[in-house]
Amino acid sequence: MDPVTLCILIPFVSALACLACWQTPALQRGMSVAGMVALLGNALWLLSEVWHRGILVVKVGNWEAPFGISLVADMLSSIMVLVTAITGLAVVVYSLAEIDAGRERYGYYGFLQFMLMGVCGAFLTGDIFNMFVWFEVMLISSFVLMALGGELRQMEGAVKYVVLNLISSSLFLAACGILYGKIGTLNLADLALRVGDMLDPALLTVTAALFLVAFGLKAGLFPLFFWLPASYHTPPVAVSAIFAGLLTKVGVYAMIRIFTLVFTKDVEFIHTLLLALAGLTMLTGVLGAVVQFDFRRLLSFHIISQIGYMILGLALFTPLAIAGTVFYIFHHIIVKSNLFLISGVAHRYSGTFDLKKLGGLLKASPFLAILFFIPAMSLGGIPPLSGFFAKFAIVKAGLAGDTIFEGAAAWLVGIALAVGLLTLFSMTKIWAEAFWKQPDPAALPNPESVPLREKILLLGPIVALALVTISIGLMPEFFFAFAMRAAEELLNPNLYIEAVLGVTRR
Amino acid sequence: MELVLAITIGVLYAAAAYLLLRRSVVKLILGIAVLSQAVNLLIFTSAGLSRGMAAFVPLDGTVLPAQSADPLPQALILTAIVISFGVLAFTLVLVQRADKTVGSDDLDDLKSTDA
Repeated sequence: MDPVTLCILIPFVSALACLACWQTPALQRGMSVAGMVALLGNALWLLSEVWHRGILVVKVGNWEAPFGISLVADMLSSIMVLVTAITGLAVVVYSLAEIDAGRERYGYYGFLQFMLMGVCGAFLTGDIFNMFVWFEVMLISSFVLMALGGELRQMEGAVKYVVLNLISSSLFLAACGILYGKIGTLNLADLALRVGDMLDPALLTVTAALFLVAFGLKAGLFPLFFWLPASYHTPPVAVSAIFAGLLTKVGVYAMIRIFTLVFTKDVEFIHTLLLALAGLTMLTGVLGAVVQFDFRRLLSFHIISQIGYMILGLALFTPLAIAGTVFYIFHHIIVKSNLFLISGVAHRYSGTFDLKKLGGLLKASPFLAILFFIPAMSLGGIPPLSGFFAKFAIVKAGLAGDTIFEGAAAWLVGIALAVGLLTLFSMTKIWAEAFWKQPDPAALPNPESVPLREKILLLGPIVALALVTISIGLMPEFFFAFAMRAAEELLNPNLYIEAVLGVTRR
Repeated sequence: MELVLAITIGVLYAAAAYLLLRRSVVKLILGIAVLSQAVNLLIFTSAGLSRGMAAFVPLDGTVLPAQSADPLPQALILTAIVISFGVLAFTLVLVQRADKTVGSDDLDDLKSTDA
């Protein structure tokens, strides 16, 4: 068994096990936790294998590379799988105390595992059509998780989420079809090798734009993000946390993959577009967040603005910028999932997500206040936490002057810094509203109302994720080395092509 | 033949966009269904149309003859049909539940999450 296949097999087996004991939720809980621990161990193994041995390729069913489906684990994929496992484990443990019996009975844990299988598959596949299939696996499970429970708000959120994601999938599929029709292959490495054969540059750009719109919808890029703040605050907190952390980043991952590997000919057009979109995404996201007074809706808008930073790194297209993007994704998934989990604890203590009613949490639970302070300051980019180093790398890359944009990049850096300030402003707003001010009498925080066992299950994952944030902040060089390696691999597509096909692009 | 199919695909895309923009949830579902058919036809056409050439290796040969149809687009479309069927079935149930919960089939009434 190799670690690449196991990344998909482990969630698959634990999902099947959950389905097999449909009647006994207690067993499902145990197996979900066991599955996530196994996935985390396996992801660490995968990362160390890729670090020492370079890109790993598995030819599924022993079919030779361009004909069969290959799974490819390079540094970026391994990092993404690792962060999936970390948030997956945290969310599953949190779910033990949060998900009600009704949702458990309708297969919550099984669908969560299937979704994580889809996410891991999308990160590891080396075939564009197979990526579409993994996206669908991930989406259909996420649709169920979004709608499970059937509350009014959930139903409204789910309709918007489902329809816009289906439109994005059909654009993705159309782009795959056109690419196959013109180049005659679906393997990513083979596409990268033969994309030069596609004679009509206009058609190539149109296909690239189709992929941009399809992945942009999934990632929540301006102006395609409207489904995100309309739906991410409706399901249970555990579900919002994993959606907020992981799912949009699958779109970002797909964009990084395809615009560094396949569409590298017309860099100027695509990356100028990406640069403009990144700026607009950052600005609209953070401005949307500033006016929100629902805890989770405010955080949802911040996802959008943070996506802008990641796309900015991709648009700048230098090794440092791409490394900054990879580092940013890792930091962001951990921090954002954590903030959603904390909003859930605040809700458990006070009974509301409304920042106008919340209050007094600092006095009632100083421990929760500290736990909120860490990811919130990290998101705002305060040193020495992880967000500072993530923003620093992207800002430094933007000012370095070796990008294709020269002056425009500096403007974008200005926007990024201003958006960072506004992010800090919204975090202090949450701090002032939920932790400092006198609460509404209807929402007096009462930590004693939560039994100790549940408290451990709710706060344990939050503490763990906060520790990850702090350790990234204290050892940025260690983590940045992985991101830098990922960036070097991404900017030298020949490494990927050679690992899969054994030949290189001229 | 390409021209006919191209026009058909264009009409299907236009119809899907129109249906998706209507306020009724039923038309929304029809729009998704039409959209997935348009995509399937697009894959079928863009991969190149060929007539009467089966993708079989002859009994006495080891490789495909130079003139043969490419079976892969059909395989892609088949996968896409299966996926879109499953997703559409899910969407139907979801919309039915949403209609019951919200008490309206007008998409403009689904705005309590936007406040």
